[in-house]
Amino acid sequence: MFRKIVIGVAACLALTACGQNQKADGKGPAAGVQIVGAGASFPAPLYAKWAEAQKADTGLTLNYQAIGSGGGIKQIKAKTVAFGASDKPLKPEDLDADGLAQFPTVIGGVVPIVNLPDLQPGQLKLTGPVLADIFLGKLKKWNDPAIAALNAGVKLPNLPITVVHRSDGSGTSFLFTSYLTAVAPQWASVGASDAVKWPTGQGGKGNDGVSGYVKQTLGAIGYVEYAFAKQNGLPYASLQNADGQFVAPTAEAFAAAAAGADWTKAPSFYQLLINQPGAGSWPITGATFILVHKSQSDAATGRAVLSFFDWAYNKGDAAAGELAYVPLPPALKAQVRQSWATIVGPDGKPVYTPAAQ
Amino acid sequence: MTTAADVSAADVPTPPRIARGTGLDRAFEILCFSAATFLLTALGGIVISLAIGGWPAFEAFGFGFFTSSNWDPVQEIYGAAGAVTGTLVTATLALLFALPLAFGIAIFLVELCPPILRRTIGTAVELLAGIPSIVYGMWGLFVFAPWFAKHVQMPIMMSVEPGSFWEKITAGVPNGAGILSASIILAIMILPFIAATTRELLLTIPPQVRESAYGLGSTTFEVITKVSLPYIRTGAIGAVMLGLGRALGETMAVTFIIGNSHGFPTSIFASGSTIASTIANEFAEATDRLHSASLIALGLVLFVITFAVLALARLLIGRQVHA
Repeated sequence: MFRKIVIGVAACLALTACGQNQKADGKGPAAGVQIVGAGASFPAPLYAKWAEAQKADTGLTLNYQAIGSGGGIKQIKAKTVAFGASDKPLKPEDLDADGLAQFPTVIGGVVPIVNLPDLQPGQLKLTGPVLADIFLGKLKKWNDPAIAALNAGVKLPNLPITVVHRSDGSGTSFLFTSYLTAVAPQWASVGASDAVKWPTGQGGKGNDGVSGYVKQTLGAIGYVEYAFAKQNGLPYASLQNADGQFVAPTAEAFAAAAAGADWTKAPSFYQLLINQPGAGSWPITGATFILVHKSQSDAATGRAVLSFFDWAYNKGDAAAGELAYVPLPPALKAQVRQSWATIVGPDGKPVYTPAAQ
Repeated sequence: MTTAADVSAADVPTPPRIARGTGLDRAFEILCFSAATFLLTALGGIVISLAIGGWPAFEAFGFGFFTSSNWDPVQEIYGAAGAVTGTLVTATLALLFALPLAFGIAIFLVELCPPILRRTIGTAVELLAGIPSIVYGMWGLFVFAPWFAKHVQMPIMMSVEPGSFWEKITAGVPNGAGILSASIILAIMILPFIAATTRELLLTIPPQVRESAYGLGSTTFEVITKVSLPYIRTGAIGAVMLGLGRALGETMAVTFIIGNSHGFPTSIFASGSTIASTIANEFAEATDRLHSASLIALGLVLFVITFAVLALARLLIGRQVHA
């Protein structure tokens, strides 16, 4: 909801900027070109901000429609947009089937939020298996010995646990259930997807809906995306990462997870960043992705798309940080730029070659 | 249609009129005809495209699609029974809550209300009808649900006998989201529709009818129950069905407050889902073929239910007219 408002405001600003920048035409190689993208709503506020800044800088216009990852994948497959955006990476075989290439743009993650009296944010410590047992409905009270054992010295109330999950299909749910699948064998009965058959609890629509239910229910636990939790100051729980450390969800923890991952072994950037090594890594981290056709029928459009994201890698990190997204580590950006050599125009030549860094 | 004009044309000089069968008259006929058939074509097109889109789901699950409440996108197993039950239960409860209130409002406005209040209350009712459903959803989630949990749900849950039937039927998360809250929000939403239509119907009763009843010495109560209400019975059924139709298809407000869990609702405070809320929740991110097919099939089921309700209304109205 609030993101949509942000998008709306950004769009208005972009429109007003449009009038002032007529003379900017011809400034950059992509001047006057409009590219159309569609997909994930999670990175939409950031893409809008990048588009606004880049319009002023290079004259390139982006029209991004936040219709959801599923819609983005459908639209790029149907070739109705220049690029699709998805919160979950497509598997290499699915990419090959449609002749698509993908690359990550920014990092985000999922944060468990709780409503417990007299507890500071981050004071409650949880592990993956305990979180899975809570969301399976196996642990019913907050003073259960399994939770108490992780929280020595914290007085846990004798409150029933209320589980709150997303009701709408969402990349946030995908990341969260992927994490539970990875760290807790007992979660295999539910599995990982945008929407799953939740064994217990209530479904709230969007991050707003989940945080609304959690705030209103004493003893509730839910999960929201990091940017939403940060902007709204929600009381989060600390999680144990792969190195056995309990970490809080901070920008540094997400960056550590991205840096700790070995992207060179991930073909087509298929990587979830779940439970990555590193003492400071946040365990439920994931990138959001862009999908483009490997063979571009119009070289100019392909060039404009790649130059947009090249600009974003070069100059967009500050804007990302302001909106509580985590920029990619430099090594990964270099790897993405290399991968662009496989995106070719009708003449078989790469449509865009990034300037040497 | 033209008989009155024909008669007058013979008697008095009239301004020039369009002759029958001329081009303009014919064009008008065609225009009206195509307007009506366009609607019919659109309706048919919707049914056909829903049937084609949902076919993979019917093919994969057969009749089990209607009898199973197992909705599991990971295993790719889809059953509509939970959502269908949720839809019927919330719509029926909403109608039960809204009906007495709506009739009360309409009767008060027409028969009893001092003229100074009539306009104010009438406008308020119409305003209520104009509020977008997302607003009801947000209000329901952030204002109504907490109040409902504290003042209705908790006292009820604490007063029922442990282990009894009543405990079972009132079990649930004490945060005000669930089947009953969704029904109440729905009732508020359909209330103005039924009230406004019923008021208009009551206004169509010729004053002589009402005055004759009073003249015979009837009390206000007798006039309303024995004369006014029977007079508008046919139209009132239509008004009620209109409200029911809206309750069946309502999406956003319900999605916010019903708690969104698949499967059969087991108590009045339990979370549930409706057909419309399930589609709204999952369609945007449904990438698997069977998942989107099942959601489209749900759409067809909702279409059939709504159609059945309207057909039932026609049947009832028809019977009233002939009786």
